Amino acid sequence: MTAQPNVFTMDTTQIDIIPIEGELNVGPQHPGSGHMRIYVKLNGDIMEKAELDVGYVHRSVEKLAEVRNYMHLIPLVERPAILDSIHMNLGYILALEKIMGVDVPDRAQYLRSLAAEINRIASHLYGTGILAVFIGHSTGFMWGFGDREVWVEVLQALTGARVTNSYIVPGGVRRDLTPAIKEMIEKAIRYQRKRIPEWKRIFLNNPNIRARLENVGVMSKEQAIAWGAVGPNLRGSGVYYDVRKFEPYAAYDRLDFEIPVYKEGDAYARVHVRFDEIEESIKIIEQIIKEIPQGNILSDRFFKQIPPTRLKKHYETHGKIVFPGYYASFRPPKGEAISRVEAARGELVFYLNSDGSPKPYRLRMITPSYRTIYVFEQLAKGARYADLVAIYGSLDYFPPEADR
Amino acid sequence: MSAQPEAKPPQVPQQQAQQAQQKQESSLSRKLNEMRTRLNVPVNVKVESERRATIEVDKSNLPAVAMALRSIGFDHVKTVTAIDYPETETFEVLYHVSSYTDFELAKTIVTLRTKVSYKDPTLPSLYPVWESAWTGERETYEMFGVRFEGHPDLRRLFLDEDFEGVYPMRKSYKVKTEGLFVDRPA
Repeated sequence: MTAQPNVFTMDTTQIDIIPIEGELNVGPQHPGSGHMRIYVKLNGDIMEKAELDVGYVHRSVEKLAEVRNYMHLIPLVERPAILDSIHMNLGYILALEKIMGVDVPDRAQYLRSLAAEINRIASHLYGTGILAVFIGHSTGFMWGFGDREVWVEVLQALTGARVTNSYIVPGGVRRDLTPAIKEMIEKAIRYQRKRIPEWKRIFLNNPNIRARLENVGVMSKEQAIAWGAVGPNLRGSGVYYDVRKFEPYAAYDRLDFEIPVYKEGDAYARVHVRFDEIEESIKIIEQIIKEIPQGNILSDRFFKQIPPTRLKKHYETHGKIVFPGYYASFRPPKGEAISRVEAARGELVFYLNSDGSPKPYRLRMITPSYRTIYVFEQLAKGARYADLVAIYGSLDYFPPEADR
Repeated sequence: MSAQPEAKPPQVPQQQAQQAQQKQESSLSRKLNEMRTRLNVPVNVKVESERRATIEVDKSNLPAVAMALRSIGFDHVKTVTAIDYPETETFEVLYHVSSYTDFELAKTIVTLRTKVSYKDPTLPSLYPVWESAWTGERETYEMFGVRFEGHPDLRRLFLDEDFEGVYPMRKSYKVKTEGLFVDRPA
């Protein structure tokens, strides 16, 4: 046998070194949790620039608000973040109630907090699931969506819908808590408590996950403040800020809970904030179940307008509110209001300007993901391309919510 | 704890309570008044409650007032909002600012309002003062055609190319609506 020529030796002087610079489109075919394109400028595997091309799921909520009655706007403002719709609904209603000057009964306040916290847990599990599948941990994705299902079912029992619940109405909430739902919630709490250590074992303390998330996308405290970060991303960078503490709404001034803050500022810290918040939310839900006062779930001003026959048929037997005719096209007084709530992803701000007609003159909806657009672009600058998904997932950025 | 009414606050002499109330209420207005006295520009400060205040200012003085606000602890912009008033042919531009670092100011939202006319819809960008105004100013430019001088990246953001030169959030842009039909049982 003759010796084969060695095909593998190459004359290295002849290799062209191609500068690996260029642009890359990430998306817009659903890079994760919604349609968005990330326009990345690469140098080697370092991102020189990552530009978010947003707007693929723009619903023009603010323009449509000009042609909708106040009540008809509730389903619309929920759509941008269907998996966090209780908060979107709540923020809008709080702004509206400020203009109308409505008092909300205590029981309804507690129920608002209850629904909001259930939604927060569901949303955090969803976000963790998305992050997990981004960084190649498909079990985390299945677990996240599986565990979320439990809370979504609870929401369905309470509000009648899994997502886009339209649960909160001016002056109160639509449905009352029943003993069966209470039992369901207690069961869900027991389940989730059992699951958290398992989550820690398979996800949070997993060496692969730690390698992908630790020291990735580090945002310092000063940067977080300057860029206007919100929610868990802000608290992962060591800023103590939560609307529930600084401007309590619903029943939060009567509930006992902590705000988890981590000072590391990396992707891992942001995930930890979410997990700690799930535990805090469970604590809040337990308190609500125990302490919820008896009483009406709708402000007297509206409750009195419901005809007695309908009250008997729906409220007294099923604990459901039937809308009084007033809701169809009421005219709130002239004025403006700013409301803020702590949605799952961070602070949600509504600015509402009423000119006395049945439709808002101007509605401004600033969602947490909207404020994350700038944070995302800044964080991705200078990071490795492989970390783009870790940064995206850890910020819990949700395109439809940003586009509105 | 079961469903009990909230514990009543301990009895304090009325005067003392009033003072405490005043002190609490005035922390925002005191700071804003301090700021106003240090500024040489005319501003109209209105404190609506202990959590909300409005500052009206001419657009030429906007950066100076913003700098002054930042120096007393307002460190980020929550929203940049424009409102169209076709009757007077003006846009009103609102900046809602607050604080993360100062826990007292974090309880407040201050609205910085200014007006620009249809003829000259430009105003100085507040990006050099607050980086967090970046997204809001870009969106406001896209939706209203209000130009922010000094914004580093004033391009369109959300909408398609079809909306080049069309500013859909102006009141002159009408949304086509369909009637509402309700089926009634016969």
